Amino acid sequence: MGLEEKLPSGVLLTTVQGLVNWTRKASFWPATFGLACCAIEMMATGAARFDSGRFGMEVFRASPRQADLMIVAGRVSQKMAPVLRQIYDQMPEPRWVLSMGVCASSGGMFNNYAIVQGVDHVVPVDMYLPGCPPRPEMLLDAILKLHDKILAEPLGAGGRKMLAAKEAREGKPVVAPGAMPSSYRYNKQLRQEWEQAAAEGREEQLRIEKWMERKR
Amino acid sequence: MGTFMGGVKSFGVTFSHMFKKTVTTEYPEKPDATAPRYHGRHILNRWPDGLEKCIGCELCAWACPADAIFVEGGDNTDDQRFSPGERYASNYQINYARCIFCGLCIEACPTRSLTMSNEYELARDSRQDLIFTKEQLLAPLLPGMEQPPHAMRLGATEKDYYLGAMSNPGTSAGAETR
Repeated sequence: MGLEEKLPSGVLLTTVQGLVNWTRKASFWPATFGLACCAIEMMATGAARFDSGRFGMEVFRASPRQADLMIVAGRVSQKMAPVLRQIYDQMPEPRWVLSMGVCASSGGMFNNYAIVQGVDHVVPVDMYLPGCPPRPEMLLDAILKLHDKILAEPLGAGGRKMLAAKEAREGKPVVAPGAMPSSYRYNKQLRQEWEQAAAEGREEQLRIEKWMERKR
Repeated sequence: MGTFMGGVKSFGVTFSHMFKKTVTTEYPEKPDATAPRYHGRHILNRWPDGLEKCIGCELCAWACPADAIFVEGGDNTDDQRFSPGERYASNYQINYARCIFCGLCIEACPTRSLTMSNEYELARDSRQDLIFTKEQLLAPLLPGMEQPPHAMRLGATEKDYYLGAMSNPGTSAGAETR
């Protein structure tokens, strides 16, 4: 994604990969791309109560040259699409895109000629966050899932080769990186339960069960 | 002197915050409870014997302002029974990339089959994964419930189910009184 693509593929990168990915996820600066009501929730996420600074991303960069993550918050009109693409092109690699809210993810309830039916028509999206608008916890959850994905990302051609060899040897992981809800991933017991349920293909039922227990 | 004290006073305001209670939530470790009627992901409920409450009437799909719900009805027969009454939903999908969590589908549902939970951690990295199928939406089988298809256990006809719904809510318990 970044400099590592220029390295020869024979260079051993296994622990460097862990370190590089950790630095990438731990200092994850977002570019603001607030377009509508989702931007209000995005601002709340950066403020004191939810405090995205806990995850090393309190500075929302107004300049795309200093940003790693573009949070597309709100509906993207046809007129805004080229601007969005330009901002994305100005961001340095490695870069990620989070599509916040249903309008950015798929057009949402605005299925009409004025709105782009999902920003993935314009830029590659790494995480889709539903909700109208999503609450700040949902945005934090999406960002933490993206962290999980970044940590598992192979570094360069050598890293991809090693990942392919590992998957051929052990098979794909039961829970794909970025698929587990954050409140489960950050709790050891819940995490094990989720992994077990995912192996049985009933993780969504587990989620309803846990919610029913809490409600009682 | 007065202007000097004015400047110091403002530092005092900042300093006093050192002794105030912190407002930051510890989200991933200890999530705050949502409001009790928070609109989260949907649940397709079951009767206490395990039969599905959904009758495949598509009223939720018609009520949906974002066209996020897809329902396909199927006919129950005596040896293949999924819900009391004539019909059941043979296919049921909610597209969370479209759903705006307005709750109109919940209001439209005539059997309290569709209700909402307070779960909100729904982000995924592909649009395909955001389309929840009937298997993902259906409530888990609680103790005493039996996996459909099976015969009606709580009455001779569907009327016994519907008329007893208040005292026999199944997994939608609590949603009726709200």
